[in-house]
Amino acid sequence: MPDAVLVESPRSADEAIFAADVLAGDSFVHEIQRGQYVRIVDLEGNQAVDTLFYSSDDYADRYSAQDTIRAQQNIYLTTGTKLISTARNVLLTIVADTCGRHDTLGGACSTESNMVRYAIEKRSMHACRQSFLKGALQWSNETGRAMGKRDLTANINFFMNVPVTPAGGLTFADGVSDAGKYVELRAELDVVVVISNCPQLNNPCNAYNPTPVRVLVWAAE
Amino acid sequence: MKLETTGVERREGWTGLSSEVLWKETLPGASTWSHVLKRRTALRITAGGDHANVGALLLNADNFSERLNLPDTLKAQHIARLTTGAVLYSDMARILCSITDDTLGWHDPLGGCSDAAMVEAKYGPLSYQKARNNWHQNALDGFLIELAKYGLDSRDLMMNINFFSKVEVGDDGGMRFVPGHARAGTAVELRAEMNTLVILNTCQHPMDPDPKYRQVPVELEVKRVAAPGADDVCRSFRPENARGFILTERYFL
Repeated sequence: MPDAVLVESPRSADEAIFAADVLAGDSFVHEIQRGQYVRIVDLEGNQAVDTLFYSSDDYADRYSAQDTIRAQQNIYLTTGTKLISTARNVLLTIVADTCGRHDTLGGACSTESNMVRYAIEKRSMHACRQSFLKGALQWSNETGRAMGKRDLTANINFFMNVPVTPAGGLTFADGVSDAGKYVELRAELDVVVVISNCPQLNNPCNAYNPTPVRVLVWAAE
Repeated sequence: MKLETTGVERREGWTGLSSEVLWKETLPGASTWSHVLKRRTALRITAGGDHANVGALLLNADNFSERLNLPDTLKAQHIARLTTGAVLYSDMARILCSITDDTLGWHDPLGGCSDAAMVEAKYGPLSYQKARNNWHQNALDGFLIELAKYGLDSRDLMMNINFFSKVEVGDDGGMRFVPGHARAGTAVELRAEMNTLVILNTCQHPMDPDPKYRQVPVELEVKRVAAPGADDVCRSFRPENARGFILTERYFL
């Protein structure tokens, strides 16, 4: 892996207009206005933050992993990456990244896929798609706007390192993140962010210890 | 991990010898097709020319909320390419289709699909009124129209496969379309493990740098095939797949 270019943000946490800690295994849904900045902080290191974005105007227009990586001709997300939607709009731009690369091919764990990946007996362990569904259904109840299973699509895994090899292999490698690393995005449209702070206990890349993350929002400049 | 498509593997997995062909048809280039591929039948797709590309979406025909999940497919099998032995997982950890034969060795799960703006920018505008069925079409609109025939819409889009295309990923994550990968006569075979709504689109790959708009046809062959045996090439491709087959078989009990 070539050395990643790390970019720090000029924004100070003291000036944020919103802050919330998302505990491991919890979901988080929030609206971010066009021009606002949102930062996700890996508080303790090597935590996977499974994340989806939707256009606030139309949830059917949502983050698209394939369109995003094809537009930049690179599978890793970092500073400068434009997050492209299914209707080919730019939802957000990554403006700072002190981790260096983020995954969008590994998807989100589910109780079902845990049965395939680890053991059929693992079905009852908590998983990201449980959190995604819980967050989406709760958001629907609060806002009256439908969001459900059809809307849960290929996500971003902030702070996850999932290298693809030239031979066509895919691996889950040790994390490149660390305590305090963060990624920051500017919303280019009004968007809804849906986060599952990953509860996976079967994968060594978080040292089998899921930990909290912090979400900060700054006003538009 | 079996990543190479060897003759031995093909013989083990190939169901073609004992199968009964139900029908054959030609799908022209830049066209969309759909069919509910029944469990215990298979679809063999053969490139009708060089530069072929076949975008594909898969859904459980008995419950459309269950559909192809490429991240789960790649992650479970530790692959970023599709070939013989690989299975195509739904978001419910069941196997929609298995790749039982592949004479090419690499099909692309990364590149996505073209859209109207991209096709016009690359090949110029060409309307139906001017060119009739040689007009310039794109894969996204083809997928959306075909999805609509089943009551589905843009909320039901998923990451798509591009059969016959190859996108390499370098150590730095850079993606490169490999020109000249597909050859006339190469073939891939999908065995349905569930009743699967298969939506295909034969527009060019969105990363294909070829400046020429091409309409490359493919031959489709639907046949009845035997259930996967204990030594099936897809079942034994990865230990994960053995569990995937168990979960899929339970769905029909």
